Amino acid sequence: MKIKVFSYSSLDTLIHKMSGLSKLICFLLLTTAIMATYDIRIIIGIMIFSYAMMKISQIRFSQIKMMLIYVGIFLVFNFILTFLFAPKFGVEIYGTEHVLVNGLGNYDITVEQLFYQITKTAKYLSVIPLGIIFILTTNPSEFASSLNKIGVSYKICTSLSLTLRYFPDVASDYNTISLAQQARGLDMSKKAKTSERIKNVAAILVPLIMTTMDRIDIISNAMDLRGFGKHKKRTWYAAKPLRKVDYIGILICLLIFLLTLWVRFFINKSIYYNPFI
Amino acid sequence: MKNNFSTKTIVATGLGAALFLVLFMFVKVPSPVPETNLQIAYGVSSFFAALFGPVAGLLVAFVGHALSDFIQYGSPWWSWVVASGVSGFISGFAAKKVSSAVEEGRFGKTEIIFFTVWVVIANAIAWILVAPVLDIVLYSEPANKVFIQGATAFVVDAIVSVIVGIILLKAYSATKTKKGSLAKED
Repeated sequence: MKIKVFSYSSLDTLIHKMSGLSKLICFLLLTTAIMATYDIRIIIGIMIFSYAMMKISQIRFSQIKMMLIYVGIFLVFNFILTFLFAPKFGVEIYGTEHVLVNGLGNYDITVEQLFYQITKTAKYLSVIPLGIIFILTTNPSEFASSLNKIGVSYKICTSLSLTLRYFPDVASDYNTISLAQQARGLDMSKKAKTSERIKNVAAILVPLIMTTMDRIDIISNAMDLRGFGKHKKRTWYAAKPLRKVDYIGILICLLIFLLTLWVRFFINKSIYYNPFI
Repeated sequence: MKNNFSTKTIVATGLGAALFLVLFMFVKVPSPVPETNLQIAYGVSSFFAALFGPVAGLLVAFVGHALSDFIQYGSPWWSWVVASGVSGFISGFAAKKVSSAVEEGRFGKTEIIFFTVWVVIANAIAWILVAPVLDIVLYSEPANKVFIQGATAFVVDAIVSVIVGIILLKAYSATKTKKGSLAKED
């Protein structure tokens, strides 16, 4: 088990220079825009934009290979499921029916259904790079500080940065305990039965919870001793002031967001873009 | 507020979310239904919810699930992430009775029933109501697909949360000193 997530590396690119706060705002604006539309023209536009941003932030293919495989499996599965459960959903939405291939019973393949499902797949594909960029180019502590800036209580931000800080530690604890139990003869492989495997997971989980509870005591005592939580506000070492590039980035994303809303409410007058009428 | 959200709760929330994330990503026990996994992680979120209350439960499940989606898929599937959070939040109402009892080393029949009832209610609301409705509103997924997915998720997750949660709470309460375990010698 390799733990190579959150492999934040500090490179000198435009995206890395932006503060976590503005990247968070841009991420939320663009993902909301994608969520609010089923117009493939806009989706493709945002997709091109976000893949270009990924290029600029110098993310290598090897860094995201696993992610792409997972997403691929998910998308194929979702595509098939949608067709199985709602083969006429596209017809319902667009109001016309052009049958391509006659299928069994209800399962005709229609242009509308294909269009709907392709749009949906494009929707998912276009937001993936945004999340990747955000995770790989933002310093975790800076991310916590930027959440604090948009009004989230600093106690919650601290708990979030503790999560990011201790994730590798807990993962390595899990690994150690799992290896120790396997050395005692626990079968964790696919050969064991499901019920057997649940029991074996419990044998790892109980020691893992105990070490975690111990660790919680140690950390919270240390924080109490340093007077954590005494005041209503806190300052952050990792906070970056906003610069020109941040304002430009936010402005671009805001424009894309507004354009999406404008097209949705004034051009298409619905969430779907209908080329069939 | 200060007592409700003490330093210990904050730290427990943070580490609980890390633990949830680790289990969510690495421990997947395949269930009999294809393409669905028994997520042991929901046992952890119900454990932390029962000990530290609704807000901690909410954050453990929400942050853990959102981060795991970020790492594995690039972008979170918000409707299910929110539903995870809701299940953690409502499970947290069990803390009223369970938390203090466990700290005193008691986790008997009353606590088990109380815990089970809240966890089942929480999962029902999260997976049968919140997740499918958000799927339809946010992602315009076909209704019958999401309700069947939601119902499956409810059955699987409720069973896992209850069983794993009880095992963990039992084990943890055994490490605590029982109230009145010392008697004064004459």
